[in-house]
Amino acid sequence: MFEIYETITGENPYKSPMMIYPAPHYTMGGLWVDYNLMSNVPGLFVLGEANFSDHGANRLGASALMQGLADGYFVIPYTMGNYLAGDKPTLVKTDHPEFEKVAKEVKDLTNKLLSIKGKRTVDDLHKQLGRIMWDNVGMGRNEAGLKKTIEQIRQVKEEFWKNVTIPGSGDDVNQTLERAGRLVDYFELGELMALDALDRKESCGGHFREEYQFEDGEAKRDDENYSYVAAWEFAGENKWNLHKEELKYEYVKQAIRSYK
Amino acid sequence: MEAKKLNLTLNIWRQKNSKSVGSFAEYKVQVSPDASFLEMLDELNNTLELKGEEAIHFESDCREGICGTCGLVINGHAHGPLPKIATCQLHMRNFKDGETIWVEPFRAKAFPVIKDLMVDRSGFDVILQAGGYVSINTGGVPDGNAIPIQKEVSSLAMDAAACIGCGACVASCKNASAMLFVSAKVSQYALLPQGQPERYRRVERMVKVMDDLGFGSCTNTYACEAECPKGISVTNIARMNRDFMMAKIKSKEVEV
Amino acid sequence: MGWFFKFLNSSIGKKFMMAVTGSFLLIFLIIHLVGNITLFFGAGAFNTYVSTLDVIKPLIRVIEVVLLGAFVLHIFNGLRLWLENKRARGITYKVNGSKENSTIFSRTMAVTGSIILIFLVSHLATFFWRFNVHDPMGLATHHQYYDVVVYFFNIWWYSILYVIAMLFLGYHLNHGFQSAFQTFGWNHNRYFPTIKKIGMIYAIIMALGFASMPIYFLLGGGN
Ligand SMILES: Cc1cc2nc3c(=O)[nH]c(=O)nc-3n(C[C@H](O)[C@H](O)[C@H](O)COP(=O)(O)OP(=O)(O)OC[C@H]3O[C@@H](n4cnc5c(N)ncnc54)[C@H](O)[C@@H]3O)c2cc1C
Ligand code: HEM
Ligand code: SF4
Ligand code: FES
Repeated sequence: MFEIYETITGENPYKSPMMIYPAPHYTMGGLWVDYNLMSNVPGLFVLGEANFSDHGANRLGASALMQGLADGYFVIPYTMGNYLAGDKPTLVKTDHPEFEKVAKEVKDLTNKLLSIKGKRTVDDLHKQLGRIMWDNVGMGRNEAGLKKTIEQIRQVKEEFWKNVTIPGSGDDVNQTLERAGRLVDYFELGELMALDALDRKESCGGHFREEYQFEDGEAKRDDENYSYVAAWEFAGENKWNLHKEELKYEYVKQAIRSYK
Repeated sequence: MEAKKLNLTLNIWRQKNSKSVGSFAEYKVQVSPDASFLEMLDELNNTLELKGEEAIHFESDCREGICGTCGLVINGHAHGPLPKIATCQLHMRNFKDGETIWVEPFRAKAFPVIKDLMVDRSGFDVILQAGGYVSINTGGVPDGNAIPIQKEVSSLAMDAAACIGCGACVASCKNASAMLFVSAKVSQYALLPQGQPERYRRVERMVKVMDDLGFGSCTNTYACEAECPKGISVTNIARMNRDFMMAKIKSKEVEV
Repeated sequence: MGWFFKFLNSSIGKKFMMAVTGSFLLIFLIIHLVGNITLFFGAGAFNTYVSTLDVIKPLIRVIEVVLLGAFVLHIFNGLRLWLENKRARGITYKVNGSKENSTIFSRTMAVTGSIILIFLVSHLATFFWRFNVHDPMGLATHHQYYDVVVYFFNIWWYSILYVIAMLFLGYHLNHGFQSAFQTFGWNHNRYFPTIKKIGMIYAIIMALGFASMPIYFLLGGGN
């Protein structure tokens, strides 16, 4: 570990103090699934980090790998088999209208991206988005910051669609194009994260709303109003519908967690 | 405290796609000694894109030496001149002001260039698939320490499992041989009790696919070990040779 | 038997064949050197040695056939490996850092091997042919083997080429010795460093041993 540190920073950690800074590790949540780990698309199962299910508002140490193990070892072998027992998978054909529709959408998106030919690079805009998220949607969040963030994200997104430049074509591998496509997703994800954080007027887990804290600075939950998982359903650009998944505990009693 | 920037000349392999013929292109860059090699390429790509030129294609993912996607040959060395690191862990302070740097893709018949510095290493996946499964009992939760394993043996298996599948061994071997990679994958199972049921079948199949894919034969130059970012030892190759010969005698399969 | 030929045609099988034949040749060289040392003890000793070999001719013939087989397989396989391995690279590197990651001995096996092959042909033509088949000078026919050796080793350029060839033999053996152990799977951190050392000592003894003979005669020894 110390050797790795030295190759990266060029400083000997035994001699000079180590430089440590927080980094976004991952987001909480994921795709909605039912108890069988099937998403709202029939037959599309989501397991591991990609689903929302096993962890709460926090990812405690090693819980991520455990989730992969639990889903893969104990759940999926039974539920997927169960699903397949009632469904005869047929060959998927590329002339299926749904396939053609999606293929056309992707082609249109690609052409649209390539035709902008603006003055800013994907990397540049990506960094701008990152900075915005870093400033206001990190661990500590507050209403004013989040509202501003949503505005800012929409502005960068607009700037992106007007002024991005993507050299090359869509016929071959084009990493710039790939990144642009991902950035388009990130605009959406970033905005949804900010929206969800704004909507949840309490502090819990990795979400610390500065307005909701105890005097000693500990997170203040509001179990009365927010004891639910927020499942946001996509409803067109900049629009999501909230579905509340109630959290019901039979054996465990909810309590304040203090790290002091 | 901004360190003085380095002026460097980069000669980078550019190749439009797998079918076209590539050549070197020269770029002059100014870069902070604290930048990583890949960050330098990112910056260069930014300036190229602003000029409307296509970005230099290279692969990377984790940028911390664990995923194995980022291999480049820098001044004749896979993953650059420093030992035991991946390209993404190489920093510009290891170069001198005014230096000329040659950047080439991993070269092997079995690793065709996709574009610029990006090569198709999927042959490795095919080899792994040929290795097949490991028989284990699922269902109940196995007891943590049900199978005793000598500490030294589990360490050896872990050392072998440290291979990140980057392909630097193939790139640096004068024969483009994949023996170090395959032997690491064979060893990580061959050493452990859990790997015994399919031990000989696994090695026979993996070696066969390795040969079919057009990797060269090992001539024991040990360049792979010297260039491997994870320090995988050539004793793994010896173990694989042993297992392969044993498999010819012991394997239950008649045809492979 | 199909499986066996498939094995020999696999990458590891080809290596295995190199190592088996190479090891056999390594042992042969020791015997060859020990026999040739009689040269230093004068005409009588050497001629007696060669004549003794004549007495056990049938056994020698068998060994010679095996030796020929070993050489042919070793050379055929070596050149085949060299060609196939060149092809496996495809486009070569503009900058090659192999100097820093491997020894020159290991990278030049095909070159040193080919030099040995050229030497081998001339060696067989001069000594083997004259001793066993026909000596235009008639010396060997009268069991004057020693004089044949003296004759050739007094040709200064022949001796110098011979010494150079032995240098390359040493190169080849230095890598080949330990390489054979690795191929057989006998690489263990406990004893492999020792094997490498023994290989080097073996290579030096062989190269110096065989080279000492032309040098000895060139410097006027044996007269
Ligand atoms: C730096 C870091 C450190 C971590 N440390 C810990 C830790 O100490 N303890 C812990 O418990 N957890 C840790 N985690 C989290 C944990 O590693 C992950 O949650 C877990 O590995 C996720 O496993 P997964 O199988 O769900 O997803 P992944 O491992 O991400 O697998 C997803 C797979 O899908 C493939 N894929 C993606 N798109 C496609 C496509 N279109 N078609 C086909 N395949 C596709 C990907 O290539 C990938 O192989 C860490 C994570 C990170 C990033
Ligand atoms: C007295 C003569 C020779 C001896 C004792 C000898 C010995 C050896 C040994 C022990 C090896 C190592 C095998 C291994 O890596 O497992 C080797 C490799 C090799 N030999 Fe020879 N050899 C001799 C002559 C030749 C000749 C005439 C050639 C001709 C081309 C040759 C070509 C090679 C090549 C190319 C290799 C490398 C192959 C590899 O490592 O896979 N050798 N030799
Ligand atoms: S053995 Fe080393 S060089 Fe080869 S693929 Fe594995 S990590 Fe990379
Ligand atoms: S980017 Fe993952 S190892 Fe370099």
